[in-house]
Amino acid sequence: MTPLLDIRGLRKHYAVVKRGLIGRRQTRILRAVDDVSFVLQAGQTLGLVGESGCGKTTTARSILDLVRADAGEIRLDGRDVRPILAGSDRAAMLAVRRRMQYVFQDPYLSLNPRWTINEALREPFRVHAPQHPRDWNGRVAALLETVGLEPRNGVRYPHEFSGGQRQRVGIARALAVEPDVVLLDEPVSSLDISVRAQILNLLASLQDRLGVAYLYISHDLSSVRFISTHVAVMYLGRIVEIGAVDEIFAHPRHHYTAALISAIPVPSPGAVDQRVHLRGEVPSAMNRPTGCPFHPRCAAALPICREQDPALQQMGPNTQAACHNPA
Amino acid sequence: MHSTPVSVAEPAPPIVGQPAPLLAVEGLKVHFHTRDGVVRAVDGVDFQVGSGQTLGIVGESGSGKTISSLTLLRLAPPPARIIAGRVLFEGEDLLRQSDKRLTQIRGRRMAMIFQNPATSLNPILSIGRQLTEILRWHTGASRQAARDRAVELLALVGISDPAARLRQYPHELSGGMKQRVGIARALLCEPALLLADEPTTALDVTIQAQILDLLAELRRRLGMSMVLVTHDMGVVARMADRITVMYAGRVCETADAATIFNAPQHPYTRALLESMPRIDHSYSGARRVLPSIAGRPPDLLHAPPGCRFHDRCPEAIPECRRVMPHEYLLAPGHTVSCLRRGSPGEATP
Repeated sequence: MTPLLDIRGLRKHYAVVKRGLIGRRQTRILRAVDDVSFVLQAGQTLGLVGESGCGKTTTARSILDLVRADAGEIRLDGRDVRPILAGSDRAAMLAVRRRMQYVFQDPYLSLNPRWTINEALREPFRVHAPQHPRDWNGRVAALLETVGLEPRNGVRYPHEFSGGQRQRVGIARALAVEPDVVLLDEPVSSLDISVRAQILNLLASLQDRLGVAYLYISHDLSSVRFISTHVAVMYLGRIVEIGAVDEIFAHPRHHYTAALISAIPVPSPGAVDQRVHLRGEVPSAMNRPTGCPFHPRCAAALPICREQDPALQQMGPNTQAACHNPA
Repeated sequence: MHSTPVSVAEPAPPIVGQPAPLLAVEGLKVHFHTRDGVVRAVDGVDFQVGSGQTLGIVGESGSGKTISSLTLLRLAPPPARIIAGRVLFEGEDLLRQSDKRLTQIRGRRMAMIFQNPATSLNPILSIGRQLTEILRWHTGASRQAARDRAVELLALVGISDPAARLRQYPHELSGGMKQRVGIARALLCEPALLLADEPTTALDVTIQAQILDLLAELRRRLGMSMVLVTHDMGVVARMADRITVMYAGRVCETADAATIFNAPQHPYTRALLESMPRIDHSYSGARRVLPSIAGRPPDLLHAPPGCRFHDRCPEAIPECRRVMPHEYLLAPGHTVSCLRRGSPGEATP
């Protein structure tokens, strides 16, 4: 079966120029996203996790060409759409974009404060024009109902809504053009716990109803476990472990995944502490360590880890990890 | 189970076998006088911290947890106004001391770690200057003695090459390192009580784990008490001996950590715990629905009469709309502000 979204060898490097005092220029390469590949099937959710600076947001933005990737293929239904997104044929580009929509972390910053909610939700129709303008108002009302807002509140402005309600608007806007893939970038991180559950439930039920696929980016592993069918763990621009969600959470093979999972405080006091302690901090993506990029912080590092960069290998029935000495 | 109402004016009786608390907050009210009206941000809050104990104060944004903790040192910024209450710390009521006396207590007997290490350090002073200034001000230590102590503290919080760090500026340090400096700064004068307001929220999870380990170890080693303010139930589960749950400017429930997590009594505490996805729980194969709390916290400009949780509460009865619940003592050390748990004749599960 051709996967809905098939990302192959996605790469985004930045050249960082540093000027010395006497005009000496030094160019260094920041490898934000380095050879990232994954597959997303219809109706599934891939959780993309990692610490800040690991490249998860750059990955998502490259997929929509919001950041222009250096290399790689973005296959939608088997066809590489990266040339179309980067090309000059606007109609073709919009046709691809219509199928992949984005929900931003901060719903306040991503809504125009001077537009009413109705205006914000009419915008996708104006851009993509999937139906006659006569039908737009009805569609907007239906969308608001879909995400659990009262259609009569559509005449209000973003500042009149709470964070949770604004995020519902952000989700409605992404769903307006009936996309196949929604890229969710930390959609609940700025929300309070009690509101977070409402939005996670909304996302889950929308997926069950519409069969839409999610790329769910988050550093909150608990919500990833809830919403995702698959997980990819990123470290310094690379995917270090990827696979089915329960297999990875129950038996992480990469030591970074294990450390990440065990670093999350579990809400049971006195829970048996089997934590994997990590020394040091994430190195800058500008000086990635040689060999396995994780080896300076890894307790299970072998001499080979210093020299040879491990490739992703099959570890379990549904998981792959890039590690010379897997757990 | 017997439940005894505890009047707001008097503190709950000390827990049997525990020494008198180091800190007792009683009937604290902090209101914001704004153009639109009075926001009752903290509206009658009581809690205690025993010697050597860690109290976790949890709540969502707007619950009043941060304002409560800032008020302990009278640091809540205007338009916050302290309306009523007492903050009894080492035998004095801090709300009634002179500003001069408070500056002697701040940083010396009670010190604070802030949420954002990037903004709580002065960007134009070297790390060394920021640390030694506090010591010299509080203890009159000599330049050299203060410097030695600063080096000692930086080493204690796990900063490598501490002597060299003294010459560095905040922007040269990573977020985790800055928070370590913040902790070192708070510990300089060996305070009896450490206030930590979301000390790890701005940090990545693996760094958060390191900082929490460090705080737990330092507290043990130095025998400090700690007030840990956070929205993260996982963090309090790992760190706190006792937990106070706040909602909309009031305390819902206070108990030891195990009771809060294993046998919570207030409907809000229960709903909050249930609504969190669990990292140690598999959701595949089942219908993915989290038991969520409908609605949202009340606007404290128009705080509803009665229990502030009543319009979101699955157990609310008509009385909850009118009557502000007392704090009821359910068991030694376990208080709940809920009519359904406290009124006589009501069955308590």
